[in-house]
Amino acid sequence: MKYDVKKMMMNGLVFPAVGIGAVIGIWAILSQSAAPDLPSPLRIWQESKLYVLEPFTYRGELDQGIGLFTWLSLKMVLKGYALALLIGTPTGFILGSSKLFTKMFDPIFQILRPVSPLAWYPLGLVLFSQARNNTSELAALFTIAMCAMWPTVINTAVGVRAIPQDYLNVARVLKLSPTKRLFKILVPAALPYMFTGYRLSLGLSWLVIVAIEMLSGRPGVGGFLWQEYSSLIYPHIILCIITIGVVGFVLDRLMSVVEANVNHILNLPALIQRGLAAIFARRQLEVSHAVS
Amino acid sequence: MRNPKKYCEIWKLQKSFPSPKGPAIVVKDFDLFLRDGEFVSLIGHSGCGKSTVLSILAGLTTKTAGSIILADKEVRGAGPDRGVVFQAPCLLPWMSAFDNVMIGVDQVFPSAPRAQRRQIAEHYLELVGLADSVHKMPAELSQGMRQRVGIARAFALSPKMLLLDEPFGMLDSLTRLELQQVLLEVWRERKITALMVTHDVDEALFLSDRIAMMTSGPGANVGDILEVPFARPRDRKAVLEHPDYYRLREHLIGFLEGQDHRKPKPVAAEEPLAISAAVLSPA
Repeated sequence: MKYDVKKMMMNGLVFPAVGIGAVIGIWAILSQSAAPDLPSPLRIWQESKLYVLEPFTYRGELDQGIGLFTWLSLKMVLKGYALALLIGTPTGFILGSSKLFTKMFDPIFQILRPVSPLAWYPLGLVLFSQARNNTSELAALFTIAMCAMWPTVINTAVGVRAIPQDYLNVARVLKLSPTKRLFKILVPAALPYMFTGYRLSLGLSWLVIVAIEMLSGRPGVGGFLWQEYSSLIYPHIILCIITIGVVGFVLDRLMSVVEANVNHILNLPALIQRGLAAIFARRQLEVSHAVS
Repeated sequence: MRNPKKYCEIWKLQKSFPSPKGPAIVVKDFDLFLRDGEFVSLIGHSGCGKSTVLSILAGLTTKTAGSIILADKEVRGAGPDRGVVFQAPCLLPWMSAFDNVMIGVDQVFPSAPRAQRRQIAEHYLELVGLADSVHKMPAELSQGMRQRVGIARAFALSPKMLLLDEPFGMLDSLTRLELQQVLLEVWRERKITALMVTHDVDEALFLSDRIAMMTSGPGANVGDILEVPFARPRDRKAVLEHPDYYRLREHLIGFLEGQDHRKPKPVAAEEPLAISAAVLSPA
């Protein structure tokens, strides 16, 4: 494939830079005129410099570099996200393969799906009130899982329903056992859909964690945002918003790369096996040469 | 003792689908016996129900009535004792050609040592001419090569019977001729009783020992059977130059054209008796 470097530079760097520049410009003008309470870009930078340039400095629970806050939030997100996938994937599989299950539970899922994280969190606190020190963390994980699993559930179900009859016929003709059928046919066939769900779920998890941190005051990007609002340091609100956006964008891009390469990932075991076989064969050859 | 003339018996096979106007009868009173090691083609117009018969044999479609006995056993459901070559190769795109064959071999010979199973898969892939592409993914293979894998997969099961559903229907004519040759070569090694559905008269003549001609539906069944006398192993040139070739070909085409002129009967529950009576008259 031939790459047009100049075109890629224009599309990937120059145009976005111009767009960002324009937004900052309008912002600066607005902060000077129509919206005097909006901190100007320069002020935001001056007040946030410390947090951005020393991203991993710990000065206190709610006074850390932005990198540390991001890390704290990400840790929670990853745990909650893992939980969401762990629950969501099998649920999606059952939903996709059983009409009865769909008829029974689809209405409930449709009702639970639009419930806001702000509504789940208090329930989580009640449910895990026995856990004393961990109550808020467990409640947070519960909330992330309850909110973020739906795209995984629904996309997995769609993926399972979309498996071509041809593949299922292969399973029937070969009389594959249910486990083999699941792991050799159903999962690989539904995987592209599953990963679309996984990507959307990750985005949702990130949305949810910020809301929960604001509600609970847990240290993290959202917690920091709320605290700075309470302390009247408004430029930091913008810093947090930008951080949340950038991290969300990066997560989405990462998942897109994974999603686009699902087939290669699937082939990874085969590739490794092939590679090992080649190395092994060569070694055997060398040994036989040495013997002769 | 098993009767070698009746290795596979299809008795009074019937298939009907429910429809708003009562059951639509696709196949009725379909009788066909296959000898052990015989290659039989089933030809007929598209939509006459020949693929339905094959699908029932494969166990992918349920029959409404009748019975199928294969090697003294009643056929029930799908199973790897029948190797199916589908019209579309139906390879699993996330597995290499080798793994697509292996998944079947693993099913059929679960207790054989792994090296031996690998050998079986490699042997059949070599036999269909894919020795160099064993580890390629289906996406890297041409349509013709994929169908070669499909053939290897079916043979590697060492099935009691081969079922081929228009196996070359989706290929261009050059590849089709090439693959007919490949199929014959693999089949020569182990003469597995085979039933192939096709609507290509020349293909049927080149490959088969007998050709069963199917009447047009509804209520389709075998209208006539043609013995193909060409000696094996066959060579395309020799077959085409055989003095009987055009007479046999005319016979097949004549039958098909005769079927074509029959007006399609209305699909209704009270009709089938009349239809089957018209169809049963031997040609």
